[in-house]
Amino acid sequence: MNQADLENTIPHARGIEVHDALQTLDRVRSDRHIVITNQVSSRLWPTLCDHPLDLNYNPSAMGGAIPLGLGLALAQPDYEVIVISGDGSLLMNLGCLVTVVNSGATNLSIVLLDNGQYEVTGGQKTPGNHGADYAGLARASGFSCVHQFAEATAWRNAAASSLSGPGPRFIWLTIRPRPGDYGKAVGRPIQEQMANLRQQFRSDAR
Amino acid sequence: MFTATQIVDTLVALKVTHVIWIPDTTTGSWESALESSSHFQLMRVCREGEAWALAGGLLIGGSLPIVLIQNTGFFESGDSMRNIVFDLGLPVFAIIGARNWLAKSSSDTARRFTLPVVEAWNIDFEFITGPDEQEKLFHHFHKCRNANQAGILLLAE
Repeated sequence: MNQADLENTIPHARGIEVHDALQTLDRVRSDRHIVITNQVSSRLWPTLCDHPLDLNYNPSAMGGAIPLGLGLALAQPDYEVIVISGDGSLLMNLGCLVTVVNSGATNLSIVLLDNGQYEVTGGQKTPGNHGADYAGLARASGFSCVHQFAEATAWRNAAASSLSGPGPRFIWLTIRPRPGDYGKAVGRPIQEQMANLRQQFRSDAR
Repeated sequence: MFTATQIVDTLVALKVTHVIWIPDTTTGSWESALESSSHFQLMRVCREGEAWALAGGLLIGGSLPIVLIQNTGFFESGDSMRNIVFDLGLPVFAIIGARNWLAKSSSDTARRFTLPVVEAWNIDFEFITGPDEQEKLFHHFHKCRNANQAGILLLAE
């Protein structure tokens, strides 16, 4: 994707730079937060941090991160679960918003990185690129805690409070598309990550 | 076919913590009994693809879920199952209703493709036709648990 193409994806072109968005999240996450990344975020998050409660879900199935996170939230109610999902992945499994609310889980936050495109495949537009209202979809699914940020400072200032209200929470970040190489996964192997998580749960249960 | 009481008693005996389901015309009659059991939580999902990932998260977190769907949903959710069972190696156990299996002259393509598709995935499976084969279910479930492997129980409908 060239710069001209990027400008055509307004308002995403004026959105938050994805590294900024994730760095802010890293700064406010605590040692009680399980963070599940997916697709592009699973490649970027390990460059920012390496926490035993991270699950960089790779290899993954698109649309699987939110139900996977819901399962963890239900099984480990003493933890807070943050699922970072792209808009393309969410669109593949939009019903999961309804499932989350219906489950009764309150310890789950969905952070949507909406850049309007399928980034890992080279930047093709998602069907939601026209300006789909993800906050509206979340509210209509029953989320009562919904936040929307399209500017880095606003996200930085409100990230902690956005993650601390009554859950489940839905946080929609408008992200600037970026050209370039999305690289390979740099995080730990998925089996090692799952073993680390289980070890952490066992340690805490003692 | 299992009655609602029989299936709930079976799931309780298996010590299942969550039943993740989408009903079909046969298993739908179990709803009240599944919902009212205090031994496990009934989890309703919108599509079967959610079921495998949800079960995966529950397993990582230390719970013991079971997926209860129809063969049509199994076909639909193949990629999600592939990821959870084969990429992540999570030992999800599923009870899958085999639509029209008992209607031997049925031309239902869901019936025709059930065994070839399940066999193609190479997941350890058993087939039962009713509650008189409950022991087979118990044995298969525990065998899969002990081997820490995924398993499927096909239930003739």
